[in-house]
Amino acid sequence: MASEFLPILVLMTVSAVICAAMVTLSWVLGPKKTTPYKSSPYECGVAPQGDAKERFPIKFYLVAILFVLFDIEVVFLWSWITVFKDAPLDFKLFSGAVVGVYMILWIIGDAYVMKIGALDWDEATSLAPEKLLADAEAARAALPAPVPVRQGGL
Amino acid sequence: MNVQAIVEGWAAGGAGPLGIPGPLVLAVTKVMLVVGAVLTLVPGLIWWERRLLSWMQDRIGPNRTGTITFGTKIAFRFFEIPLPKFLHNRKIRTFGLLQPIADGVKLFFKEDITPATIDRKVYFIAPALALFPAFALGGTLPWGASHVPFSEIAGGLYHILTPIADVEIGILYVLAISSLGAYGVILAGWASNNKYSLMGGLRASAQVISYELGMGVSLACVALAVGSLKMTEMVRAQEQPLWGGLPAVQNWFLFTPFGFVAAVIFLICIIAETNRAPFDLPEAENELIAGYHTEYSSMKFAVFFMGEYAAMFVLSGVFATVFLGGPNLMPVNWAYLADAYPAARGAFEGMAWVNYWLGPLAFLAKCAAGITFFIWLRATLPRLRYDQLMTLGWKVLLPAAVANFIVVGLWIVATEVYGPLGGWAAMLGAFAVLGVLYMNFAAATKASVLATGRRGVTMVDPSPRRSVKMVDPNKA
Repeated sequence: MASEFLPILVLMTVSAVICAAMVTLSWVLGPKKTTPYKSSPYECGVAPQGDAKERFPIKFYLVAILFVLFDIEVVFLWSWITVFKDAPLDFKLFSGAVVGVYMILWIIGDAYVMKIGALDWDEATSLAPEKLLADAEAARAALPAPVPVRQGGL
Repeated sequence: MNVQAIVEGWAAGGAGPLGIPGPLVLAVTKVMLVVGAVLTLVPGLIWWERRLLSWMQDRIGPNRTGTITFGTKIAFRFFEIPLPKFLHNRKIRTFGLLQPIADGVKLFFKEDITPATIDRKVYFIAPALALFPAFALGGTLPWGASHVPFSEIAGGLYHILTPIADVEIGILYVLAISSLGAYGVILAGWASNNKYSLMGGLRASAQVISYELGMGVSLACVALAVGSLKMTEMVRAQEQPLWGGLPAVQNWFLFTPFGFVAAVIFLICIIAETNRAPFDLPEAENELIAGYHTEYSSMKFAVFFMGEYAAMFVLSGVFATVFLGGPNLMPVNWAYLADAYPAARGAFEGMAWVNYWLGPLAFLAKCAAGITFFIWLRATLPRLRYDQLMTLGWKVLLPAAVANFIVVGLWIVATEVYGPLGGWAAMLGAFAVLGVLYMNFAAATKASVLATGRRGVTMVDPSPRRSVKMVDPNKA
């Protein structure tokens, strides 16, 4: 058992050493002439304003949470996958029915997630467009009437 | 000196050279074979991508680096060495194959710019973390045949040398290690302290975890059909008769209905996992500069680059193992043909041995085909929009993979209860039913999404319009 995983350990050690060597070697070999401009973050050549670690869209967090949920559901299946093929028929039918119920729950979950728009990245649909439209109409109504501009003036 | 006997001695636990335990020597040998192959082939792969893209765009691409032109002598300061006659005025061409190596050497000696505002520790660890999984992924890939044809062993070493570790959790290992790649990317984006890097890192991690689901479930379909997670078992299952009924042809999973669906899903997912076009949003250069590696220079940048290419290479290897019959040259059962047609037994046995000995080459050829497909896609398809990317991963690939999984389960049960024909009927029926259900569901969600009747990135600008101040020239 332990010797079965020995090559994996060796592989991981070798890859870790290679990765560390590549990152360190360029640090050791390259010249170092820092200037204030060179060592400032590159944001399209514009002077960076403030810290970059600001708030970011909540959707990334939502996707990560959904990933954890759905991935754990797959993890539960792996152990069943290995025994199902060569099991006796009664076990196959019973466990198959149980997993069928499990998959139906999964599908309902996935359908719910899609239904509530948790995976909609299109701003037009995920930000309640009816409300946006109403707001925009109200804002437009509140604007003062545009001043007529004379053609051919100046 | 019998190499096979020595290696078998190591495998059995005997002492290796210098008294080092045999299994350790064997492990190091196996690891060096795989890591060495990845390290040598990645520059070739970069060259191939640049050349192929050039040809597809009607350019030539790198074709000169490493061309050596000989004169009649090598002249040093004080003495000269005459060259042999046959080299006079000859050119040795490498077709530009040395270009990526020259680039690598150059990058090692370039200035390693470290921005002042970064998180230093994480900034240094991130590139290493991005490259690490690409090397470690190869741990369970069988690149040679796991058994010898016709049972008599004559110098066969592949079953000892491949895979690096034939562990029971082969496929789980691949999934576990490949998901580590997300850490390198997100940490690089976070540590750079650059808004564009952070956006690139976030996008990359969201993309990688989204497509990991489809990838995991599509591999689960195959694992369910095989009944094991071992990579060598996967290959062996593909050497069975095609569809359980055609013994002359091998049952490569690409040829089976459920395997084909799983293969398409898996292929799309590995393209997204390696952040390749058309899923290269994390490094969409016209919106994010270079994404998560904007602040990385010199070899640290190249490490990200190498990690992407090595991951492409190794994941193509996974695809070849799981869906394309692993190290088998052609989907033909030579041993069966030799038994069925005794008149041509010699020829078929010969082919079986060719198939055995050329196994690694066949495996590499399949990897190369996968990589060429990646490059072809990059030359053909435009980049997706981010909402399209997420829609494809969550609303198309994941449900399709789950439906495929259910179909495989039904097929196994129906085959046992009603026999093979019943099994196939059940599989096709389930495909049809689930397909119709999915189409209806997709239409329903689409209808609700497009309830407003319009589609666009931003339909409405909710901010009050800035009123334009106009000066009336008559009053001024």
